[in-house]
Formats: sequence, structure tokens, C-alpha cells
Amino acid sequence: MTTMVNPALPSRSAQQLAPGTLAILVRLGLIAAIAVMLAVVSPGFVAADNLLNILRQASLLFLVASGLTLVIIGGGLDLSVGANLTLCACLSAAAIKSTGQPVAGVVVALGCGALVGLTNGVLINRLKIPAFLATFGMLWVAQGIAYWFMAGQVVYGFPPAFRFFGGGFWLGIPVPIWVMSMVGACGLVFMSRTTMGREVYLMGANEAAAVLSGIPVGRRRVLLYVVSGLMAGLAALIYVARLNAAEPGIGEPLLLPAIAAVLVGGTSLFGGSGGVFGTLLGAIILTLIVNALNLLNVSATWHPFVTGAIVLVAMLADAAVNRGARK
Amino acid sequence: MTDQIVHESPVSLGALLRRIPGVSFILVGMIVVFAVGNPRFLSGVNLANIGLQASLLLMLALPMTLIILTAGLDLSVGALLGLCGVVIAALLVAGWSLPVAVVAALFVGLVFGAVNGILISYLALPAFVVTLGTMGLCEGLSLVITNGDPIGGFTPALEVFYRSTVLAVPTPVVVAAAFYALLWLVLYRTRFGNYVFAIGGNKDALHLAGIKANLVHMSAYVLCSLSVALSALLLLGRTNSAHPSVAVGMEFEAIAAVVLGGTSFEKGQGWLFGTVLGVLAITVLRNGLNILSVEPSLQVVCVGVLLIAALLIDRNRKRTSRDAA
Repeated sequence: MTTMVNPALPSRSAQQLAPGTLAILVRLGLIAAIAVMLAVVSPGFVAADNLLNILRQASLLFLVASGLTLVIIGGGLDLSVGANLTLCACLSAAAIKSTGQPVAGVVVALGCGALVGLTNGVLINRLKIPAFLATFGMLWVAQGIAYWFMAGQVVYGFPPAFRFFGGGFWLGIPVPIWVMSMVGACGLVFMSRTTMGREVYLMGANEAAAVLSGIPVGRRRVLLYVVSGLMAGLAALIYVARLNAAEPGIGEPLLLPAIAAVLVGGTSLFGGSGGVFGTLLGAIILTLIVNALNLLNVSATWHPFVTGAIVLVAMLADAAVNRGARK
Repeated sequence: MTDQIVHESPVSLGALLRRIPGVSFILVGMIVVFAVGNPRFLSGVNLANIGLQASLLLMLALPMTLIILTAGLDLSVGALLGLCGVVIAALLVAGWSLPVAVVAALFVGLVFGAVNGILISYLALPAFVVTLGTMGLCEGLSLVITNGDPIGGFTPALEVFYRSTVLAVPTPVVVAAAFYALLWLVLYRTRFGNYVFAIGGNKDALHLAGIKANLVHMSAYVLCSLSVALSALLLLGRTNSAHPSVAVGMEFEAIAAVVLGGTSFEKGQGWLFGTVLGVLAITVLRNGLNILSVEPSLQVVCVGVLLIAALLIDRNRKRTSRDAA
């Protein structure tokens, strides 16, 4: 039983799983090129503060995109990550406001994220609703609940202990960058050093083979959606802590950049290949591009257009590489 | 998985009864509940209102049926509708005539439909991410053109057209009905329509039969985007101003309507009239919830729940009918 739309999807061999050294080098080169360009245009760019700031911005995008990466590698899709972040942000902000306890916010954000992910997984796995349809429906349901719950209000002003997640430093490095590094390391180890990680690759590359090998594909898939939801919840915590405010609509503009980060990072939308480290580089590239647009005084109204264009170009590149590999 | 093409136009009464989608039962139930709950629901004014609300959604959901029949999806229709509205409004405010503005909107629709279609049919890229990308392009362009502010103060002709009636029926309803008739002819009485069903069933077989399957596949997306461009006229007539985010979420309701109507993403199975039922179900639900003064944000949640309920009903009925056979 396949949940993909296009019956003509290429089935990839399980040989080149994670992006190769060359692909990683190309992306590092791209980052270096953009960085040199930015340094020439604006000398302040290379300052340590600014570089840390860019990494901090990338960390939010990376967290949302990291869970999405695992889902896509496993042959699925999660369009609800942005809306899930919104819902987690609003509910956890309200929880902190009413109890005064940062712990309550952490519990609510992670719980809500996992619950939304679990719902996605059950809809897709048990009720056999196509992944894009189930998660697209969830996008609107989560968004709707967030707007209804907030009723036009903005919650702001949190205790310093909570704001530490977003604005704090440890050993001179912002906390979100530590979180990004830890999540990245866990994702890297999980996908390349554990049996379950390899099973996820096989699921995405050839689901029938995965089933025949005795992999509990259904349970793995639900797990991937739960992880994706948890990452959205974690990102929500950092977002709220940094903004010191929560309102419905904060996560909405994140879906397209998250998918762009996954694609630019070299993970194929057809499933079965890619990796979390690539997505980390993808998130940094996207953040640098936005930074460049700002430095070049391009109006912020152009950002959605540019992100949409990046998604389409990255897909075309992905398709070209696939086609070349198949020949 | 067998790739058999299932394409029957409704002929016998028995076949028709078996094909009634689960949503029709929900629809009847909702009408009874709302009518009992509030007598105002069945008043002429409210029925005309439901017709008006349904007509715009129908203009989006009917061509979406063709796309879903090809096992595809178009997430960009809401953003494209917003963009076309913005283009028409901006040109009208700049002093251009209405026909010029409409042609410009059609051109925008043609370009985005062609981009979606080429990437999805010729390059075999996943429809949901391609159209998510063009959704970003459309939203971005609307933002750039309007700078985020609504555009108003153009010709009242569109509002007059939207409010007019033909034999006591609102004109937009007549337009939507004519559009339904046109698409019915295209889908059930032309070779193109046959090919649309066949693409969802087995596109490779169509290739092998020497038919330009990619061209047919792409045309479905172009057709959808062109009708979105025309629907922008109804949207402007309704709101009398253009705003980039005015149609956000319309793509969800259009897709939900098609799926509610029993059109499936697999094997090119579907029914154009089912989409009309799906549109009516969503419109009646939102209208009824409005009358019961439920907030718009919760109405979206209700549409999502309705969608899942209808999918479950259809799944169970299909299972029992298979057991019976």
C-alpha cells in the first residue's frame, strides 16, 4: 500500500543513502560563496556577533525542518509543521502565563506537538488517508484551534528563566545554537548509526521491500510523525522564548522555508535518501539568502516570492540529479 | 496494485445509488438540524446567501476535481485567486478598462497553470510541493504588488454583477451552473475527459497508446488556473476590495469538497456531481455555524472534522459493499 500520489515515482536503490561527500562540499562551497559576497557588501557581516545571530536564526528553521527531513526520508510528508508550531506556541504561552512555571510551558509545547504528530500518524497509517491530505487538513485544524484559542489576543511577557531558552547564552554561545547542535547530532546518530534509522531509509526507498524484510513500517511511520511534531513543539518553545510573545500566525510563514531547507539540503522528496546534516546546511543557506536580501535593501515583501522560487529551483535540481543517477 | 481504469458515467438507478457519496447523508442531516435549530436557515434570503457562497467555491472545486482525477493536487489556487484579484483591482485603479484587467488576470492564470503543469506532468515532480512552491510565488507577488495593503475604490460594475439576479436566482449561481455544465461536457463527452480519467488510472498505458498524456495532464492544471483567474471576478464582486490574503485557505475547502464528493486520489475514480454535493456540504456547514454564531476559526476545524468523517463513512461503505459482492 503506497501513500504516494504519482505511480511513476522512481524507486531508488538503497545504495547512496546519505548525501555524498561531494554534495556536502557543494553546499559548504555555496555557503562560503554567499558569506564572502556578504562580507564584501557589508564589512560588519564577519563580526562574531552577526555570525552567531545568523546561526541563531537558522536554528529555528532547522528545528522545524529536522523532523520534516526524517518524515520525508521515510517516504512521507508533513505540511502541518508550521501550524503545529503556532498551536504549540499559543498553548504553551498560555500555560506559562496561567501557572508562572516555565516547566508547564515545556510540557504543554512538547505534549501538544507530539499529539498533533500522533494524530497525523494515525490518520495516515490507520485510516489510510494520503499523507499530504491528512497533514494539509491538520494544518488548517491546528491553525483554526490556535486562532480560536487566542481570540485575537497576544500573550507576552514571560519569566526570565523561560526566556533563557531563546535569548540566553552558555559558554558564550546562544542556547538555540546548543539545542540545534544537539538535535542535529541526535538526528545524525539516529539515521546513520542505528538499525531503526537504516529502516527509515529503506521504508522511503522501497516500502514493499521494507514490509517484506519484516520492518514494522506502520509503527515506524507513526513514530516519524510524532518526532516531527515534537520538533515543531521544541521550535515553538525557542520561538516564544526569543520573541517573548505568542500570537496565532507566527508559524504560518515557516512551512515553505522548512521544505526549502530540506530540499536545498539534498534530501529527495521521493524519499529514501538525504540526511539531517544536509538540512542543517540548507537552513543556514536559506538564512544567509534572507540576510543578503536584507543587506541589499530588498523589501521584506519579496521574501515569500524568493522562498517559493528556491523551492521550485531546488526541486528541479533534485529531479535533474535523480534523472542523471538513473541513466 | 492493479491499474484498472474505472470510469463509468451514471447510467442505472442502482449504480447511481451505490455511488452516492457518504457526504450526501451528512448534508441532509445538517440541513434538517439547522432548519430545526433556526427557522431563518430556510428563508429565501439565506438560501440565496448559501448559493452565493457556494458559487465561488464551486468555480474552484470543479476544475480541482479534474486535477485530483489525474491523481494530482493544486495547493496554489487560494493564493492564485488572491493574486488575480489583486492584478485586476490594481489595473482597474490604474485606469485600465475591465476587459484589459481580465485578460491580464487570465494571462497570470495561464502562466502559473503552465508552470504547475509542466513541472508536474513532463518532469513528474510531486504535485503537492510544486504547487506549494507556486503558492509561495503567488502570495509573494500579491504582497509585492499591494505592499500588504488592500486595494479598493474600483468600478462598482463587479459588485453590481455579483448582486444581480436572473429569474430570482443570483447571477453567480447561474454562472457556476453554466460552468458545471461545461465541465460535465468536457469530462464525460470528449476524448480529453476520457484521457483525464485514464491518467489517474494508468498514465503509462496512455503513453503507450500513442496519446500525448503529458499534454492532457498539463492542460488540467492550465484549465484549473484559468478558471481561478475568472473566479477572481466573483471574489472582487463579493468583497469589493482586493487583499493578498483574502482567499487564504480556499484551496483547502476546494480540495475538501472534491474529496467529500467521493473523488479518490487513486485510480482516477471520481464523480463531478459529487463535488457539487461536497461544496454544498461545506457551504451549508459554514452557513449553519454562522447562524449559530460559531467563530470562523472554529468553522475551519469543523470542515476538517467533516472531511475525516466523510472519508471514514465512504471507506466503511466500500468495505461492506465489497463484502456483499
